[in-house]
Amino acid sequence: MQKSLHLDPAKCTGCLQCELACSYEKLGEFNPSRSLIRVFTFHFEGRFAPYTCTQCDEAWCQRACPVDAITMDLATGAKVVNDDKCVGCKVCTISCPFGTVNYVQETGKVAKCDLCGGDPECAKSCPTGAITFIDANLTGYERMQAYAEKSLPSAEASA
Amino acid sequence: MSWTKKILRVNLTEGTCTPEPLNMEWANDYLGQRGLATKYLVEETDPTVDPLSPENKLIMATGPLTGTMASTGGRYSVITKGPLTGAIACSNSGGFIGNEFKNAGWDMIIFEGKSPSPVYLYIENDLAELRPADDLWGKSAWEADEMLHKIHQNPELKIAVIGRTAENGCLFSGVINDLHRAAGRSGVGTVMASKNLKAVAVYGTQGVDSLDNPEAFDKAVADGKEVLAENAVTGEGLPTYGTQVLMNVINSVGGLPARNMRDVGFEGAEHISGEAMHEPRPSDGKPNLTTNGACFGCTIACGRISTIDKTHFSIRDKADQKQYQGASGGLEYEAAWALGADTGVDDLDALTYVNFVCNEDGFDPISFGCTVAAAMELFEAGKITTEDTGGIELKFGSAEALVAVTEQLVSGEGIGPDIALGSKRLCEKYGEPDLSMSVKGLEFPAYDPRGFQGIGLNYATSNRGACHVRGYTIASEVLGIPVKTEQTDTDGKPELVKAFQDATALVDSAGICLFTTFAWGMENIAPQIDAACEGDWSVERCLEVGERIWNMERIYNNAAGFTADDDTLPKRLLKEAIKSGPTAGQVNRLGEMLPKYYEIRGWTPEGVPTSETLARLGLD
Amino acid sequence: MRHIIIGAGPSGVVAAETLRKADPAAEIYLIGDEPEPPYSRMAIPYFLVKKVTEEGTYLRNASHYAEQEIAYISQHVSSVDTQAKQLGLADGSSLPYDKLLIATGSYPVAPPIPGIDLPNVHSCWTLEDARQIASLAHEGANVVLMGAGFIGCIILESLKMRGVNLSVVEMGDRMVPRMMDEKAGGLLKKWCIEKGVNVLTSTKITAITEVGDEDGSGMSVALDNGDSLPADLVITATGVKSNIAFLEGSGIETKDGIVVDDYLQTSVADVYASGDVAQGKDLSTGEYHVQAIQPTAVDHGRIAALNMAGKQVKHHGNINMNVLDTLGLISHSFGLWMGVDGGDSVEIYNPDLYKYLNLRFGVDDQADILVGASTLGMTQHIGVIRGLIESKTHLKDWKAHLMQDPTRIMEAYLASTQVLDNIV
Repeated sequence: MQKSLHLDPAKCTGCLQCELACSYEKLGEFNPSRSLIRVFTFHFEGRFAPYTCTQCDEAWCQRACPVDAITMDLATGAKVVNDDKCVGCKVCTISCPFGTVNYVQETGKVAKCDLCGGDPECAKSCPTGAITFIDANLTGYERMQAYAEKSLPSAEASA
Repeated sequence: MSWTKKILRVNLTEGTCTPEPLNMEWANDYLGQRGLATKYLVEETDPTVDPLSPENKLIMATGPLTGTMASTGGRYSVITKGPLTGAIACSNSGGFIGNEFKNAGWDMIIFEGKSPSPVYLYIENDLAELRPADDLWGKSAWEADEMLHKIHQNPELKIAVIGRTAENGCLFSGVINDLHRAAGRSGVGTVMASKNLKAVAVYGTQGVDSLDNPEAFDKAVADGKEVLAENAVTGEGLPTYGTQVLMNVINSVGGLPARNMRDVGFEGAEHISGEAMHEPRPSDGKPNLTTNGACFGCTIACGRISTIDKTHFSIRDKADQKQYQGASGGLEYEAAWALGADTGVDDLDALTYVNFVCNEDGFDPISFGCTVAAAMELFEAGKITTEDTGGIELKFGSAEALVAVTEQLVSGEGIGPDIALGSKRLCEKYGEPDLSMSVKGLEFPAYDPRGFQGIGLNYATSNRGACHVRGYTIASEVLGIPVKTEQTDTDGKPELVKAFQDATALVDSAGICLFTTFAWGMENIAPQIDAACEGDWSVERCLEVGERIWNMERIYNNAAGFTADDDTLPKRLLKEAIKSGPTAGQVNRLGEMLPKYYEIRGWTPEGVPTSETLARLGLD
Repeated sequence: MRHIIIGAGPSGVVAAETLRKADPAAEIYLIGDEPEPPYSRMAIPYFLVKKVTEEGTYLRNASHYAEQEIAYISQHVSSVDTQAKQLGLADGSSLPYDKLLIATGSYPVAPPIPGIDLPNVHSCWTLEDARQIASLAHEGANVVLMGAGFIGCIILESLKMRGVNLSVVEMGDRMVPRMMDEKAGGLLKKWCIEKGVNVLTSTKITAITEVGDEDGSGMSVALDNGDSLPADLVITATGVKSNIAFLEGSGIETKDGIVVDDYLQTSVADVYASGDVAQGKDLSTGEYHVQAIQPTAVDHGRIAALNMAGKQVKHHGNINMNVLDTLGLISHSFGLWMGVDGGDSVEIYNPDLYKYLNLRFGVDDQADILVGASTLGMTQHIGVIRGLIESKTHLKDWKAHLMQDPTRIMEAYLASTQVLDNIV
């Protein structure tokens, strides 16, 4: 059974341990601005929402890449950016309707969540269980996919 | 190492921003944040300087753990000579800006001089420049925050900003960051205003790296988090009730002062308690508390995020003022006490509203609440009249009066300008100096020195005036951390106070939150510092650094003109016994503790560190 | 079943792959008329600055087509006989098809001015063009770029990075007039000038003449304002046209491009069109025209292929969108970025910080729907703008928040679309 990240805003306190863990794993430094999972604060509503790529089947990013730099990790289902191939054209960043592929000025390439090869650091670092890595069919992930298919005309109707 | 080893010197008079290397010799002796910034202040300014003159400096400083994955590692402090006290002022804040300074590559920012016109400092990594703030001046901290986010079109920009009270010279104005976090006490915001510096806006993307021993760091940090999670206070009490977990506890043990500390024990405590914040209210069925929120990197998450009842009189007619219609930083214990118990007001929504305004316009709810309480007593005594108050019946227990005075403070009308002086100057002005519940000019927090002997000694000797977070002996006297001491005993209290004060000075210099020490001892903290920083940071060295910092601050205050005579408490707390409750009959017995405290500190009976002490700590 | 795809750009390659998945037993031919394996024109600027080799511009690795059992043919198609269902190839042979996809893209056009055919005047469209440019655009060379449209701006950065003395001449009153309004286009110009590029807008090139340097490469570029610019290399980036000439007499209806229905089928049965050559549906306007952007090209390719395989998949349309990185200043435009009559809009404009953000909303029952946006100096989570426009999400209360502070777009997106049941 493939696993995916389950993000539960109701449990999030906005502490950013996930952003610290992600950047520490990927860059070897604590750099929340370059974390591949981000926590959004709804100040007026008093809520926090962790947010990252759901590794959606549509993979708009992968399809839009002109140089085949985004491929699927068959073990985890993650869509992974191949840094050797990415030219930094940013087409994937405007294509992903979830906004989870970002251009990184420092590297001249794009970056997105790759599930840490199957053991995501964000989930391990979360002190409140707002981020968990569990069986995909339990994550509410289907609801998100349903959203995509329902509301986005460019989603693959016959998938 | 975790220091960026870089500081930014901002000369407001000249309009220049200049990077310089961090003095690593000092960093090794004073660690960071509170200790290290104070060292810079001590070296660079005259202790007798007028706090609001261009010759005073204002320093914003992070610690070596700021911006790391250490739990609560997001703190920063504002260090200056305080206008309320004339003593060293160091105000510590959480939120998110501390990490941002660090990620932009700066350990510390030193502001000196005074800008000829309003400016704000913009930092984006290596770029640092002063920009005109004429449009921001005259705006609340919240308005200015929103404007800066829009100007820079960057929702991730972190902002520290002063409100209108600071601009108007209110002596207990703080520096607000991330909308509802504050370097709140001692009037550090007033100093910032005196320099025509409205805000600091910072965005950092450089990353914090170069841990001295990453493997050891990962382990020490993970161990630390586990200890916090398993501790009843940090793992359960604080996330659930915040610091407000204390309201009913302190009241029940006979330590909650009320009505300008005239009484101990507040009959309305439960209405303004952490528990009350969870109760659904009649109007919309929602509780005051929306959620708990964390500061940067904090696995405790004690922060309160609250709303005001939309039908409450304070905001009923303010539907167009959106800032009061949604959630924001809610009541912490000290604010709930000062705004509530100390004024006799038990209206949770009124207190929440006033607390919002404290954040919106950047002033300290403790000093403000206590000053209003003093004004209420002066009003009761007929010293202040409705003529002074613009018609407000400034009576204990009146939520309407509290709300009205709050709005007067911001607008500068009525009694507002007198309240802006703080309780010491207010009571002097109205001829009743003994009615000011303050030490060295700083108002008391929420623990009565008659009910807790140790905290009384701490208040009397604290380097920034009556402050609970200089040596929080309540941990021991109420919660039994690390060991239970009897709250009404004076035995052992000098030792307890010294130990807490020294440890706290170290924690405040590391970049982490004092609240970790409900669960962490130095044996949990030192390994995190040791793994992050170059050199050997043992428990012993950490404590020595803490003691060195404490003595450095003391020397500064002595040079600023303070003497042993200032290490005292208001007469009321030394002479007027508690009337009823579990601590009835108690006064604070400071005289039993102070000489011993001086002795174990290695100070003369006049409160001056001896040459042996100076030599031992490397302060000679 | 034999599927033939003419055109080996992204749309054609994605179509071939989609067909292979949808119709595993089919014969699939992919025909391209350039000597190299299928490559991405979008990668050419990065090839010019040596960020990638020629191989780095290839759409797929060398063995991919064989593995997918896609027969790649390097040939020019000169005619289509839709009656006989066969193609005429340039070598005189013919190739029958059952289903045909035309994904022939477009070709660059240059204005008919004197000197446009000189040897050192090039377009920047193919890898061969890029090689020519690379050989001439050496450090210190005088280079005139004709046209500051989208393609011109993409090349601009690579030229600058090669260290040439660069002048850009644009007829329109601003840079990228079809992607940016006056404010954003104006800021982009200011930015380029600050970075040392000579930018001339509202200016036309009237002639290019050889001035007879010793090496024979020197040219003079005459402008309609009476000035002239020296040039070792002139690059034309003045627009493209659809590759449809070979369809003459085929019965396939064409206008600017090939006319298609909502299944991307042309006016002739079993013939489909996709990508830059197809007049597909614009989701924002409901009109059919050539969009010529990568995401649309691959969507077309996929949907056309599914229909060729008999799946009956409707193309609902694509929104127009672009991203541009001009010497480090990143800009975007989405959908109806110029707004709609009577629709609300909100703008942040900070010229000294090179920041611009403009959100456009619809009218009537779409008044709380985002219909377009343009940005300057924004990189994070930008895709949600596409998500919001394409999904026609009603933002409800969040519209008011955005009108107050448009930088809260990500919050608005999350609150309006994601599984955040607890957000009020």
